[in-house]
Amino acid sequence: MNFDQDEAQQLLTDSLQRFLAKDYDFEQRRTIVASPEGFSTRAWTTLSAIGVLGQALAPDHGGFGGGAVELMGAMEAFGAALLVEPFLPTMLAGRLVERAGSEAQKQAILPRVVDGALRLAFAHAERGARHDLGAVRVQARQDGGRWTVTGEKCAVLGAGAAETLVVSARIPAGVGLFLIDAKAARLTPQRTLDGMRAADITFDGVAAEPLGAGGNALPMIEEAVDFATALVCAEAVGAMKFACDTTLDYLKTRRQFGVPIGSFQALQHRMVDMYIACELARSMACLACAKADAADDAADRARAISAAKIKIADAARLVSQEAVQLHGGMGMSEELKVSHTFRRLTVIAQQFGDAGYHLARFATLDASRIAA
Amino acid sequence: MDLNYSSDELAFRDEVRGWLAAKLPDDLRDKVETYAELTRDDLMRWHRLLAAKGWVAPAWEQRWGGTGWTAVQRNIFEEECGAAGAPPIVLFGLHMCGPVLQRFGTEAQKQRFLPPMYKGEEFWCQGYSEPGSGSDLASLKTRAERRGDKYIVNGQKTWTTLGHFADWIFCLVRTDPAAKKQEGISFLLIDMKTPGITVRPLMLMDGMHHVNEIFFDDVEVPAENLVHEENKGWTVAKYLLGHERMSAGRTGVLKRELAKLKDFAARQPGSGGQTILADTHFREKLTRVEVEIMALELTNLRFLDAMRRTGQPPGADVSMLKIKGTEIQQTLTELMMQAADPADLHWQGVLAHRYCNMRKVTIYGGSNEVQRNIIAKATLGL
Repeated sequence: MNFDQDEAQQLLTDSLQRFLAKDYDFEQRRTIVASPEGFSTRAWTTLSAIGVLGQALAPDHGGFGGGAVELMGAMEAFGAALLVEPFLPTMLAGRLVERAGSEAQKQAILPRVVDGALRLAFAHAERGARHDLGAVRVQARQDGGRWTVTGEKCAVLGAGAAETLVVSARIPAGVGLFLIDAKAARLTPQRTLDGMRAADITFDGVAAEPLGAGGNALPMIEEAVDFATALVCAEAVGAMKFACDTTLDYLKTRRQFGVPIGSFQALQHRMVDMYIACELARSMACLACAKADAADDAADRARAISAAKIKIADAARLVSQEAVQLHGGMGMSEELKVSHTFRRLTVIAQQFGDAGYHLARFATLDASRIAA
Repeated sequence: MDLNYSSDELAFRDEVRGWLAAKLPDDLRDKVETYAELTRDDLMRWHRLLAAKGWVAPAWEQRWGGTGWTAVQRNIFEEECGAAGAPPIVLFGLHMCGPVLQRFGTEAQKQRFLPPMYKGEEFWCQGYSEPGSGSDLASLKTRAERRGDKYIVNGQKTWTTLGHFADWIFCLVRTDPAAKKQEGISFLLIDMKTPGITVRPLMLMDGMHHVNEIFFDDVEVPAENLVHEENKGWTVAKYLLGHERMSAGRTGVLKRELAKLKDFAARQPGSGGQTILADTHFREKLTRVEVEIMALELTNLRFLDAMRRTGQPPGADVSMLKIKGTEIQQTLTELMMQAADPADLHWQGVLAHRYCNMRKVTIYGGSNEVQRNIIAKATLGL
């Protein structure tokens, strides 16, 4: 048993941290967020050069054969820096291509993802589905040998940056996965609460290529979303660590009544509770990442990842709210990074299922475990 | 990162598990399972079984009976004992006074006290708290005056857990009233049979006798029972507090209690023909506490892993294990009360007693507020 990063992981994390410190500080990020695209192709090229885009893909497709564990340090660094690049949607959709795609599709797509030439997004969520992964109403139809997709997806993260979309749609066997050229879809762009870019997407009988042999892909979607959930758990730890560090710093420097406000016990205990929440969340993020790639037992994986997401959602809420409160009025200001971290943590708390969703999923998995 | 036990560790776990299955007496397991009161004899019987196997004091120096296990092995052992329903080990000798003697004691003190402590021939208790000195322990007033080769002890200790069972008590006493408060304290070993000692029970709100007041009235203690130097007792106390908190994160017992709670709630009828376990509000609280236990267990393992890597004991951060572990203990007893049929919450039943009893855990061993002070100061630098 060990919780270490191995040497390769440490090197990757170190290079990313150097890049983020130099080219992705809070002011540079602000410029990127305000740009029309909402991400930086320069940053994307660097991410590719550092090798993080291929970390979790198989060597057969140009990747490095790692998984969520290998990306943990990277995600923490992204969380601390509030990276807005479409990394997560590309990893999530890339995972689906790798799990469900034919060999030809994998060879056509994944090496280009690793090179930084191709960004992906996963168009899955629909209005009213909340976090239910099986609630898909977008329709896929087969006419002769050709497939088309019709319907609406909402809040698709990274859609505007993606060249290729992986789209879920209802088929007779259940939920199918399709590749669709992003240019063929109608996008209504949004800026998300945390400064990222998403879009509602309308498909009007758009030409679609089934991913792999077709058939019900819901178990693969669940696996890929669990993987992405583990990644945001690690990202949340980085964001919470930043929120704790910057709040602690503020408590030590901000003076009122002639003393640093950190000398007040009422504030000290709240700071300690933030710190504890962050440490416990880190433990659960380790668990989530370790289980995300242990594909032999889907129920065990799902149970651990739901447990982690419950803890992360609760901790993210506590840490983000307390960080703002302990900063006083300054915590509310647009000027300080902590208010942006608050917004990212607010989104992470509900991304891929909020605490309520995962409490219910955990209970269901537990009940079937007891029955078994 | 690899969160799985190695094959050696798994083999070790199986060895411990097998031994517990064979040697833990059924009547003791039943008592633990039903929250029945454990007598001095019960506690000592289990102590001696472990001592006979050589497992009663794993963390001790091997010369005195330690097993030489790794921190992970010690953790596995404690987890398995908890999960099997073994009685608790009385910590005052084995986990407190024993390590102190090994660190600070003279050779003669080690020879005199460690073997009977190991074998369970002498029962120890702890004399720290006083009526005016709880969280502010260093303000303690029990006076020990040096006269020739003796100390004369006068004063009062309180909340002395299992003091009515004890043969010996280790005490913090004031040897220099003129010094700054931390600097005039000494660590003294006192035979409970010495004339002048009175033990009086303190009944708690759960209706049980676990703790006592102890009065010292011109009690003569041989000077050779001083541990470490005179007026250096606070150094000993601080060393001991670190030891105490490290054992607070054990999750074996918590997991067993959680399983019992689930089993219990699955048999309690709720509204609408469903069980309490299936009730959404109850179930959410239950799942949250299960997640807390998972997080505590992993955090404990992370600290053990950090110890392995750095060779250093964890610092003030272990206070968070005490805070979370005790909060979870309380939540579990509270949920047990909620799951129970209100008609079963009478004073003859065990659940209400247990709920009342468990309020102590966030107060003793350094209250959870004091633990937060420790983290604020030592880890966060506030």
